Amino acid sequence: MNLRPDPTFHASPKLAMQAPVENYAFTVMLSPDGAQSDGIAVVDLKPGSDTYGQIVHQVIVPNKGDEFHHFGWNACSSSLSPLSGHAFLERRYLIVPGIRSSRIYVIDVKEPLKAHIHKTIEPEELFAKTGYSRPHTIHCGPEGIYVSCLGGGGADGTDGPPGIFIMDCETFEIIGQYEMDRGPQDKHYDFWWNLPQDYMVSSEWGLPPQFEDGIVAEDLLSNKYGHSIHFWDLRARKNIQTIDLGENHQMALEIRPAHDPKKSYGFCGVVVDTTNLQGSIFTWWRDDDGKWQAKKTITIDPRPEKAENLPPLLQGFEAVPPLVTDIDLSLDDKYLYVACWGLGEMHQYDVSDPMNPVLAGKVEVGGIARGTAHPNGKPFAYGPQMVEISRDGKRVYWTNSLYSTWDDQFYPDDEGGQMVMADVGENGGLTLNPDFYIDFPKGMRSHQIRLEGGDCSTDSFCYPSV
Amino acid sequence: MFADMTSMAALWGAVIFSGVYHGVNPGMGWPLAVSAALMEQNARALPKALALLAAGHFLAMIAILLPFSVMFFLVEWETQIRIGAGILVIGMGVYLLINRRHPKFLARVHPARLALWSFLAAMAHGAGLMLVPIYLGICAIGTDETGHLAAQTLMSGNIGTAFTVAAVHTLSMTVAGGIIAAVIYVWLGLRFLSKTWLNLDVVWALSLVLVGAFGIWSAVHGH
Repeated sequence: MNLRPDPTFHASPKLAMQAPVENYAFTVMLSPDGAQSDGIAVVDLKPGSDTYGQIVHQVIVPNKGDEFHHFGWNACSSSLSPLSGHAFLERRYLIVPGIRSSRIYVIDVKEPLKAHIHKTIEPEELFAKTGYSRPHTIHCGPEGIYVSCLGGGGADGTDGPPGIFIMDCETFEIIGQYEMDRGPQDKHYDFWWNLPQDYMVSSEWGLPPQFEDGIVAEDLLSNKYGHSIHFWDLRARKNIQTIDLGENHQMALEIRPAHDPKKSYGFCGVVVDTTNLQGSIFTWWRDDDGKWQAKKTITIDPRPEKAENLPPLLQGFEAVPPLVTDIDLSLDDKYLYVACWGLGEMHQYDVSDPMNPVLAGKVEVGGIARGTAHPNGKPFAYGPQMVEISRDGKRVYWTNSLYSTWDDQFYPDDEGGQMVMADVGENGGLTLNPDFYIDFPKGMRSHQIRLEGGDCSTDSFCYPSV
Repeated sequence: MFADMTSMAALWGAVIFSGVYHGVNPGMGWPLAVSAALMEQNARALPKALALLAAGHFLAMIAILLPFSVMFFLVEWETQIRIGAGILVIGMGVYLLINRRHPKFLARVHPARLALWSFLAAMAHGAGLMLVPIYLGICAIGTDETGHLAAQTLMSGNIGTAFTVAAVHTLSMTVAGGIIAAVIYVWLGLRFLSKTWLNLDVVWALSLVLVGAFGIWSAVHGH
């Protein structure tokens, strides 16, 4: 507890953009076959530092096979909410779930170079207290830390629907299930909200048997992955509306609401349209009658490719699907970054008009049957995946692994973990920085990135930018 | 008589001071007034939000003071009631010192229901209790002067005093919180929202202990 609010808490997105730049990044390191323990890499981002762009510390956990994926903070700018008054929490701990083991680590990063495990929550405790498994997205909100889970109970996570649980933001005790009325929601992936407007939006990937051992082609072709987004009355904990994006829009993943809490819209990325292999972005918004709407506002076409150049999974299609696997929105709500993990491209869209996005920049690196090298000449395995934007919107970082078993199906010949950075032009545009290239330790892949002091997919703001 | 007037003035001063004290505390809601005006992009939302917060706070004060005003017509138990009230207020302060966790249920209130939120926030933090020893002190002086009156008259007098105390306190709270909210909204900007936000948890709890102790002391030693 501090006497003053944590200096990394900002009332509005605009204030967060004006704050000092990030000094460190925390990036997931995962061992795809569980041969080594997973960990968090601490990357030096201090401008002018001798070790800039290098891994300067690692927190390696004692267990194996956790499979780290997404993670988040114990506290963010949402602590300045005038309703819950947790302004004196510290942004100090990273909540890091193992998506395969269901174990959760709380890592103390107060001193990034001495980051260490503060607490471990064993899977049995999670199962007993929530009935959920495979914890995933972390957000700090009213009443504590919210964690979405991809699995329900039982060995394969299909005993009961998956959902969100709440964790105490000071003791890290699991409090219990969030939902009071989940409506038709039976799968889960990501969620985010608008705190003053009191709504939450959640999305769907698939159930654990549909992803843990690799993508299930029959399920995909019969449209059995998630294709709906759910709107919730956040504080009443009720699903108030479900929008089916259409069953061909398979895997509705990242939910990115506008950061400015005055706005009532956001985006959702869809991995693949099974009718034409396109990747797409939907814009969702609340209309004048208070009903939620969603419309496809970006489509990205597949690239034709000879079967012989493709992994067995794609040979029958003779095309590389874009595979939109992550999206991220800059704090000024201006640029939406779209990772096309299959094509090997990172797109930057100007979404000033959220209903009419315009492609503003593009970078090619990696990619199926293309494997574009980094500008420094070194290889980039797989394609651009987890993307994170600096608070000021000037630097965009990304890594390359999607999910252990899926990497192996789409890129059977690739291996390795890389983290790169691109500079954003004054009026948009995106250029890979030739000097920023991190090759992860041998046998390790990389996934989500968190920036010290908060980034564009952690902090929820309670006051509009003015 | 002169001493009584001085004590009376001091006690009313305490009512006003406690209002200012509650008003500047962000936990009693002025940031909600700033956010309402910004969210609605309309400066008029600020006084409207303040009025709703004031209504909730006033109700919370009345809800605590009224039971004491009803009890206080038992003139012969005056000292005991004041000591009991003092112990209760100290107890709340000690509880808040030991249990430093924020009441989670406040986060469940819909952001638009400001009066309800304000009522619950005041209740959860013992804001009304802080007024009890002061209020009982005022009633005690009144009782001395009107000791010959019928219990009925005395009680309605005490109830009237309860409403006046709650109103004066809420008014000074609203003015104090309103000034901070307006200065931040109109001139300083949101950057100062987090800068002016001080952790008053311990000070608040100690204030309760202090006010409770004062209540007991004044009950034992006359006002």
